[in-house]
Amino acid sequence: MGMPVTLEVIDAAADEALFDDVYGYFAYVDEKFSTYKEQSEISRINRGELKLEEASEDMRLIFELAEQTRVEANGYFDIRHKGICDPSGIVKGWAILNAAEMLRQKGFENYYVDAGGDVQIHGKNEQGEKWRVGIRNPFNMNEIVKVLSLTDCGVATSGTYMRGQHIYNPKNEGQLITDILSLTVIGPNIYDADRFATAAFAMGWAGIDFIEYLPGFEGYMIDQGKQATFTTGFTRYVLNESPN
Amino acid sequence: MSRNKSNAPSSFSRGIRKFFLSAFVVFSFVAYTVHERLTSTNPGLSPAPITPDTTTGQDALGSAPNSQAQASVSNDPATTPATDAPSAPATNAPAPTDTPVIAPPIQFSTPTAPSLSQGTYKDGTYTGPEVNVFYGLVQVQATVQNGKITDVQFLDYPHDRRTSQQINNFAMPYLQQEALQVQSANVQIISGATLTSEGFSMSLQNALATAH
Repeated sequence: MGMPVTLEVIDAAADEALFDDVYGYFAYVDEKFSTYKEQSEISRINRGELKLEEASEDMRLIFELAEQTRVEANGYFDIRHKGICDPSGIVKGWAILNAAEMLRQKGFENYYVDAGGDVQIHGKNEQGEKWRVGIRNPFNMNEIVKVLSLTDCGVATSGTYMRGQHIYNPKNEGQLITDILSLTVIGPNIYDADRFATAAFAMGWAGIDFIEYLPGFEGYMIDQGKQATFTTGFTRYVLNESPN
Repeated sequence: MSRNKSNAPSSFSRGIRKFFLSAFVVFSFVAYTVHERLTSTNPGLSPAPITPDTTTGQDALGSAPNSQAQASVSNDPATTPATDAPSAPATNAPAPTDTPVIAPPIQFSTPTAPSLSQGTYKDGTYTGPEVNVFYGLVQVQATVQNGKITDVQFLDYPHDRRTSQQINNFAMPYLQQEALQVQSANVQIISGATLTSEGFSMSLQNALATAH
């Protein structure tokens, strides 16, 4: 998947072996599902060397979950593109949630698992507060445009940092349609937050609407006009900064 | 016989009444539908029938942390990739009740991200492959002058999505808006888009691989 993985555990019992286990799990997922690896199972499936029916249990599960998501997102989620299957849109959140579950089962309570900016969060941070999560500024990667205070949830951002896409409204010539740059979704877990963020982002302007309708999910959408649009319940996660 | 006759008019009038009542109901329904359609502020979007309520976690106990262990691992080109295929560590759906078997510790490695400042490249223009970023293709072209990257252009990016051309013509009365404001970066975690940037780095990496 080619992304940085960060694991932070506050609980005292965390040791090196725990980190090895978690990172080992991500390495396993990467070996199996990376379309950039020639010998990965997904690459073998895409080359027709391996039938899905004969694939591993995890692979078949991911295909099932992808199909389920495709239906739930009204077709805006599809791992098939030009005859090639790339399930990374669903694998990432699934792997993060599995890794977090490994920690939970070992009795850990205060930790997060972050893979490429998608995070599963539990318990409290080092200061004993909820975890502070920043939403990256799509116009400047070094900046944060929102600070959230979160616990026991998943948060994922889908987006693009590219310019262009100047599209005009045919019903109102001259009105430039500003496009969507980034969509952050907070959900009960990272698996659902990630897949719905991905699907909603593909919906364009309707994406934030889609999140609004999802019970238990909130979203923060940033468009080309440097405007943010957010769902009704989003503000309860926003950390109000102290005035100093 | 006589009974039938005496009954005939009343059943006829009952039929008429039934007919008018049904007609009224049907008309009301049609009128309502037309009204809804005309006044709808949100055309063409039907909320998906989803029941995603799967709470993951145990309650936050808020126990005071007395020590911490932390490690941040990013892409590490130095680690050799594990060659043995490990046994499947998780075979169930990622639901909270899952019991994933822990993977045997294997060496951690992820594909290396391109390090743009490293080394010098041969002058020229290099085009990376199209990389699928799930909702479209990304292709990058890098220009190298005096051994340094002087320009990176997008040759292709996701622009053919039907929805990217969707018209922003529906009001979103319940959604709120604000102008972006940069915040102080006092956070532990940053959530940001990676999808296209992954495609970007993959395509660029391949473009530069040929520039050595």
